[in-house]
Amino acid sequence: MDIKHAKDYLYWLYYQYLLITCCYVLEPWEQSMFHTIFITVFAMVVYTAYVFIPIHIHLALEFFSQLLGDQRESTVAIMK
Amino acid sequence: SGLKRGHTPFNEHFEQAPMYVAVFTYVGFGVGTIFGYLRDFMRACGLERCTFAAEREEQKDFVPLYQDFENFYTRNLYMRIRDNWNRPICSVPGPQFDLMERITDDFNWTFRFTGRTIKDVINMGSYNYLGFAETDANALKTVADVLQNYGTGVCSTRQEMGNLDKHLELENLVARFLDVEAAMVFGMGFATNSMNIPSLVGKGCLILSDELNHTSLVLGARLSGATIRIFKHNNMQSLEKLLRDAIAYGQPRSRRAWKKILILVEGIYSMEGSIVRLPEIVALKKRYKAYLYLDEAHSIGAVGPTGRGVVEYFGMDPEDVDVLMGTFTKSFGAAGGYIAGKKELVDFLRTHSHSAIYATSMCPPIAEQIIRSMKCAMGLDGTTQGLQRVRQLRENTRYFRRRLHEMGFIIYGNDDSPVVPLLIYMPGKIGAFARRMLDKNIGVVVVGFPATPIAESRARFCVSAAHTREMLDTVLNALDELGDFLQLKYSRHARSSRPELYDETGFELED
Repeated sequence: MDIKHAKDYLYWLYYQYLLITCCYVLEPWEQSMFHTIFITVFAMVVYTAYVFIPIHIHLALEFFSQLLGDQRESTVAIMK
Repeated sequence: SGLKRGHTPFNEHFEQAPMYVAVFTYVGFGVGTIFGYLRDFMRACGLERCTFAAEREEQKDFVPLYQDFENFYTRNLYMRIRDNWNRPICSVPGPQFDLMERITDDFNWTFRFTGRTIKDVINMGSYNYLGFAETDANALKTVADVLQNYGTGVCSTRQEMGNLDKHLELENLVARFLDVEAAMVFGMGFATNSMNIPSLVGKGCLILSDELNHTSLVLGARLSGATIRIFKHNNMQSLEKLLRDAIAYGQPRSRRAWKKILILVEGIYSMEGSIVRLPEIVALKKRYKAYLYLDEAHSIGAVGPTGRGVVEYFGMDPEDVDVLMGTFTKSFGAAGGYIAGKKELVDFLRTHSHSAIYATSMCPPIAEQIIRSMKCAMGLDGTTQGLQRVRQLRENTRYFRRRLHEMGFIIYGNDDSPVVPLLIYMPGKIGAFARRMLDKNIGVVVVGFPATPIAESRARFCVSAAHTREMLDTVLNALDELGDFLQLKYSRHARSSRPELYDETGFELED
């Protein structure tokens, strides 16, 4: 029963995707073409996110911590 | 708004959908356009067979006969979902009707009939407001008698030999129904507008026309040769500004005063379901000395305590409106139109209107159908059936609109208008909605781009007095289910959790 619910839910999601992108009105070969292009673009976006976002976040955190770290050191020096 | 009539306020809603809906709508149209260009390219290259109109080989060097690019939308988007329009009906368009089943093998370019008939489809698209589209032999007895006596064709124009005593009887009855001096009837509703406006105004006159006026009014205004200026839909500030500018500045180059200023409005606008703000327009017209032409195609018989249109709905005097126009197609189950007003106006039209001089007059059985339905609506046949129908229509309208609001759909228009547009927005959902409703045995009319703004496609329901509560409940349950399945419930207003009230009699029965 759960498998059936899951399958129905997935079909419903696929149907919403067809309706929103207006693929519902296209002929089958046009739909295949659109699916191919869409999945390719989506895969490229996911790959780019996977490769670049962690590195950029790490660099950004390093930059800001360095900035804050320098400030703290300079005030301590004046106080002495 | 502060517009009040009697005790009930003037309630109109035109809710805007959330932003993501507009984004998805444009995305959908973008995808459709890209594939449209692709298919056009393939047809031009010869990779695909052309199935629409094209010139013969010998004429390819001439000036083109068919305008290809203007039909881009028709060829590439409308064709794909074309099976939802022009469906052939094979019974009377009452509250239920029979459809001929047809299927397509080549994606809607051609259709073929399977031979089966889909029976008892609930009719939510026909303009049958008072339910006079019926086949009951008792009700149609006088019509059958007239058919026996007069035959079907008139074979002449009104000016020559086509002026029957039935027409005179009908005109007197229409004048009595609307409480005016005189009326004239024509064989076709569209032609009533497009052929009579040119005889009322001409060059040197000014026409102020509402943004969303029907094609017949626009065509009549253009044919007349007068200057046309458009004011925003039902917007009195816009109309007043145009009136003041017209009177202050006069005609464009000569600065002379305009010969006549005519305001063209409709009683109920059929794409929006909104009702005209008649008291304010009449006040403006009296102040700036303009004339008012009111097209009551959808409102005659459908609004007002006794069904006499928007003039009665607002409790106003019919003498305030200079030209009252309407059609018999919607509430009286017949065909044709009328123009009513002062006797001088109607006598002028009898000799000067194109439709009166050249068009064939109304055929006698149709005239008798209008006579019998109008007598029924007025109560002259001795029963209260007419008043019951008007009240049933009002109850059905209020119930249907209230339930749709509660379910969370976006509905346009006035609470009292029997035309209910339900917004769908996305082009992909138009075809899906109409097909799935037909699978559930309910016939609906969906409207898209050229008739509505591009991002606001809708389904238009026409409530009828002949619909029973069970039929409306069936339709509402189907809409509820389909609304969840297709995600059409865009409204952001709080939903009422009140239980349904079946006996809604109460304050609206005052006259």
